[in-house]
Amino acid sequence: MREPTTRPDQHHFFADLDETPLLGVDAVDEHAAPASMWQDAWRNLRRRVLFWISAVLIVLVLAVAIVPSLFTSIDPNANDACDLSHSLEGPSAGHLMGYTFQGCDVYARVVYGARPSITVGVLTTIIVVLIGVAVGALAGFYGGWFDSLLSRVTDIFFAIPFVLAAIVVMSSLKAHRGVITVIIVLGVFGWPQVARITRGAVLGLKNSDFVTASTALGTTRMTTLRRHILPNAAAPIIVYATVALGTFIVAEATLSFLGIGLPPSVISWGADISQAQRNIRTDPMVLFWPAAALAITVLSFIMMGDVVRDALDPKARKR
Amino acid sequence: MAWYIGRRLLQMIPVFIGATLLIYAMVFLVPGDPILALAGDKGMSDALHDQLVAQYHLDDPFLVQYLHYLQGILTLDFGTTYSGRDVGDVMRDVFPVTFQLAVMALIFEGVFGIGFGLIAGLRKGKIFDSTMLVASLVVIAIPTFVLGFVLQYVVGVKWGLLPPTVGSDVSVKTLLMPAIVLGSVSFAYVLRLTRTSVAENLSADYVRTATAKGLARGRVVRVHVLRNSLIPVITFLGADLGALMAGAIVTEGIFNINGVGGTLYHAILTSQGPTVVSITTILVIVYIFANLAVDLLYAVLDPRIRYA
Repeated sequence: MREPTTRPDQHHFFADLDETPLLGVDAVDEHAAPASMWQDAWRNLRRRVLFWISAVLIVLVLAVAIVPSLFTSIDPNANDACDLSHSLEGPSAGHLMGYTFQGCDVYARVVYGARPSITVGVLTTIIVVLIGVAVGALAGFYGGWFDSLLSRVTDIFFAIPFVLAAIVVMSSLKAHRGVITVIIVLGVFGWPQVARITRGAVLGLKNSDFVTASTALGTTRMTTLRRHILPNAAAPIIVYATVALGTFIVAEATLSFLGIGLPPSVISWGADISQAQRNIRTDPMVLFWPAAALAITVLSFIMMGDVVRDALDPKARKR
Repeated sequence: MAWYIGRRLLQMIPVFIGATLLIYAMVFLVPGDPILALAGDKGMSDALHDQLVAQYHLDDPFLVQYLHYLQGILTLDFGTTYSGRDVGDVMRDVFPVTFQLAVMALIFEGVFGIGFGLIAGLRKGKIFDSTMLVASLVVIAIPTFVLGFVLQYVVGVKWGLLPPTVGSDVSVKTLLMPAIVLGSVSFAYVLRLTRTSVAENLSADYVRTATAKGLARGRVVRVHVLRNSLIPVITFLGADLGALMAGAIVTEGIFNINGVGGTLYHAILTSQGPTVVSITTILVIVYIFANLAVDLLYAVLDPRIRYA
């Protein structure tokens, strides 16, 4: 029998596998790199065009969000950024996308609108994953009345439609509007799906042989959960989180569009679309640009989630 | 089956109490004066302020306030709007409109989602399938309000094919465009769900058996593949009816539809906090019942669920 230590990346899976096919696979893969789930997924991913398109778009959007000044010399937050005499003027040299109704440069606002959107998307996703994984993992791992309690709490949050809940709470929090408020409200109502996915994954893993082995070796239950179960349950959570990041950006834009999301002092694609909507009959392009930026950003994240899901699921792959 | 229904109904009670408590707490436990916060930038007169404090029992401890609110819901007393109309009456007027819109959106996403999804699933890996997968992601990525404005402008104003707003003229023709906008994201989900489900079932053993015994491909697809593939899709569509009614806020606002969402949209824009809470509560109740109906439907469609 082959020594397990020759394939260190696979120690989670060892107990699960039947000996015979394992030897068979080894005979073929002798000189190839060991194929852990993620390496296998990566080999598949790097051949996919959609993966590279979404990866490039995500890197670009992140770069725009982190250093917007690199992409435009105009600072739309400056006091003299808008000039009413340019109101709704068309594109000109140095102002590729023309001007808004208030005479602000559309391109600069589109560029600077990335940071609030990305901030809300990323931080909300982090909150949602932290709460969801904690609740789902504890419920699935400990089971019994503890599971029933946590699952009922999850059901309660799940019973309220996500955007509806955010709209109601934000409309009563008008006085405290800000990036942080939006993140907290979206986070509070966004975690149940992560909890359900995590609970399902943990339930499926907790009777695996490698968990029994870990317990038999005297590992504490918390360590088993953290070191052995969670890393193996990570794939569906990561896929969901990537897609959810996109939906949180849409939720923020919807709230800002309704005038109850980010405050007017923060440049937001949603609010700019809402402003431009008043002049859509004469100047539709003023609405088009922030809308396109929003849609492309969201698309890059959900497309990434989609190709990663395909790569992790051998059944879904094209043959 | 009766036992299953009873158990699901009992499970609904804590969810209902928890969800209403949560909404109530999030709206009325915010720091500062909730009445003034609900009034927004406009402020209000002292008389109205005192009246609202009395109406919402804000001098009582929080749980007593909540019980008053719960009592109102259970006796179907949802309070009055700022213009003095009973919220329950307003709901009775606007609910049918939203229901018609949601059903039309559901038909749109069902017919086109299942149709395109079936073709994509049967041609898995081919060019039509890949195009549909990417196109559906693009549809999901475009926010409802953007799609709403663009269609309203292009189809309604520029081409003049369909009326750009609905207003008081509620008919199938005026609601067609809003229904497509409302159902667009779910259409993409239905398409993807059908496609995955069909592709999976195509490689199932019973399909091979059916083909092996000499059934024509059309019959295999119609009778065996499609029927089994549609179980998750129908469940999704059922749950979506509740979600569509709750999610019509933006669509109804854009197309000026006098439905539940449109009423809520205007209540938010004009800062009518108490009305917002009442309508939301009603929508959450609709949503919970829709989910219950879906669970029961699922149990009927798939007998394995009942005995689990």
